[in-house]
Amino acid sequence: MDFDPQAEAQLSAGIPDPGFPPDPRGVSSEGRGPWFLAYRRFLRNRVAVAFLGVFVLIVIFVLAAPLWAEHVAQSGPNQTHTLEKITVNGKKREVVTPEGEPIGPQWFGAGGKFFLGADSRLGRDEMVRLMYGGRTSLLIGIGSALVTMVVGIVLGLLAGYFRGWIDTVIARTLDVLWSLPVFLVGLALGVSLAIGGLKLGPIELSGGSLWIPVLVITIFTVPYVARPIRGEVLALSEKEFVEAAIAQGASPLRVMFGEILPNLASTIIVFSTLTIANNMLFEAGLSFLGAGVQPPNSSWGTMITVGEELLNTQPLLAIIPGVMILLTVLSLNIVGDGLRDALDPRAKVRLEVHAGMVAPEGEAV
Amino acid sequence: MARFIARRLVGMVAVLFAVSLIVFLIFNVVPNSNPAQRLAGKNARPFLVKNIEKEWGFNDSLPVQYVTMMKKVFTGELTAYEPRVPVDEEIINGIPATVSLSVGAAAIWLFFGLLLGYLSAIKAGGLLDKLLTAVSVAGISIPVFLIAPVLIYLFTYKIELFPNAGYVPLTENPQAWLSHLILPWITLAILSVGFYSRVLRSNMLDVMSEDYVRTARAKGLGERRVMTRHVLRNSLIPIVTLFGLDFGATIAGTAIITEHIYNINGVGNYAAEAVAKFELPPIIGVTLYGAFFIVFVNAAVDIAYAYLDPRVRLGDTTG
Repeated sequence: MDFDPQAEAQLSAGIPDPGFPPDPRGVSSEGRGPWFLAYRRFLRNRVAVAFLGVFVLIVIFVLAAPLWAEHVAQSGPNQTHTLEKITVNGKKREVVTPEGEPIGPQWFGAGGKFFLGADSRLGRDEMVRLMYGGRTSLLIGIGSALVTMVVGIVLGLLAGYFRGWIDTVIARTLDVLWSLPVFLVGLALGVSLAIGGLKLGPIELSGGSLWIPVLVITIFTVPYVARPIRGEVLALSEKEFVEAAIAQGASPLRVMFGEILPNLASTIIVFSTLTIANNMLFEAGLSFLGAGVQPPNSSWGTMITVGEELLNTQPLLAIIPGVMILLTVLSLNIVGDGLRDALDPRAKVRLEVHAGMVAPEGEAV
Repeated sequence: MARFIARRLVGMVAVLFAVSLIVFLIFNVVPNSNPAQRLAGKNARPFLVKNIEKEWGFNDSLPVQYVTMMKKVFTGELTAYEPRVPVDEEIINGIPATVSLSVGAAAIWLFFGLLLGYLSAIKAGGLLDKLLTAVSVAGISIPVFLIAPVLIYLFTYKIELFPNAGYVPLTENPQAWLSHLILPWITLAILSVGFYSRVLRSNMLDVMSEDYVRTARAKGLGERRVMTRHVLRNSLIPIVTLFGLDFGATIAGTAIITEHIYNINGVGNYAAEAVAKFELPPIIGVTLYGAFFIVFVNAAVDIAYAYLDPRVRLGDTTG
């Protein structure tokens, strides 16, 4: 992104940017770098800051999983308690009744054990599973977003900078991926890999590996990053600073990564948050149908599947993981929106997260 | 126009070929266990694996294997293994339910999305406008698998307004058909209402600043006439593209989850059950069916778009 010099001049001349109220603390913008200005604009967006807080809380929540499991619940996430009894407020109660009905939320009645009840007839501690499941979901979301971003940026740079046949090959491949029924093919690949694992040279993944959902999600989300990046690179490589770098004898690699890449920073930051949100929805969808995270491991998606069967008697089992997904995705989307507004108020690129998949403005998957 | 359509159809065939190739690669070439083992499912008996190996010709060269797979798809020989039911029959049986679900939901989201978008554009900055902004951000973040359990719990179990799960064919009992589908429709539509209203609103605000709108006002047309005949009409063109893509994606994506939760025996639920049993032939069939549908809808949308907006087809033939 490049800052519009006119707007910058306007800012430093003390004329308030029409889109933003003047800073209430009266700190002048003079001589401040663009990152500082963006940071200040972001802080002024109360909603985005609040939801950043929500996201940080969620991260703390899932990071605390081992602590809660060891000291409060005294149960691992996959540990079953089918035939056990717990003491609730001095009375003995079965974790799972003989009819197979799991115990409901106990809050602190049993000293924190079964805080949210047991998950199913297996009698696993729902709270512990929620925390560990959140780890899995966030890990897959962030991990696959990282891979998606790196692959998408490299492809976008190569296609946009070299053009010619490289661009044709990359752009056509992305077009094909784009027109696939992403979710269906993702399901197919997920199941296929979950049955046999993956053996590719030195890489060997077992069917239950977390890398499998990461891989599946990455393949299908790369186009949504690579295509907009390619467009930006096409525009940037026309600019004088690229010409100047080439005239100075910089190698293509240096121009791409040293000159063009830094100018993509704001797009990359915004896309990263939105991609995490979107990939988490994708993961939840795959796991919900059984093509993502494999049992006995939990993720928020698989927990909904398990909880759904007891919707009539224990509705919270399905609803709480759903709410967690909603909160995480919502906070990431709002933070992403806020970052875009702060970094580049005139940005045209927009990601719309829609029903589990990302698409740039005007196109939905 | 004819040339545009012809080119679009050639592109459609090319994409379908690519999709079938990708599906083939996923099932037969991805380097992991024996492909026959994969096709047979997770805990298949050895003789079944042997049979599948012979049936699919896994010892042949890859191109021959590809032809074998496509032959199975086109001649309707693709069968699930437990029980041995032809895949194409199951897909055809599932289509009425899937279409009922998707078309109904699409009608709801278009109607409310456009209505709310129109109202909020007329009074931009007003209360409805602000409310819709918030709702649309929330709308794109709510997963189907949160809305559905909440709706089922509230309306089926708590106040018992709607029956639980299942699908009743329209021809059998129209009233039961309706009452079984209302919750699934809402589940699918609610996500898109906010989104569509936002898109229409921003399109309308863009169009309102066009010269021809000023001209229309200048020649003394009433405000309502300017809004409906000049602004709304032109703002709807991008919605056509969006709707086409979304509708295709709904049938091949979110509808699967919705059908699964509400136990509607459509194509999506068929795929979901195959996933749960780790059975690949139905997934191959449904994926190709979904790809065909999406590609077909996309081509139809492009053609409709070229028809509605001459700039597209003129730019395309000269360029």
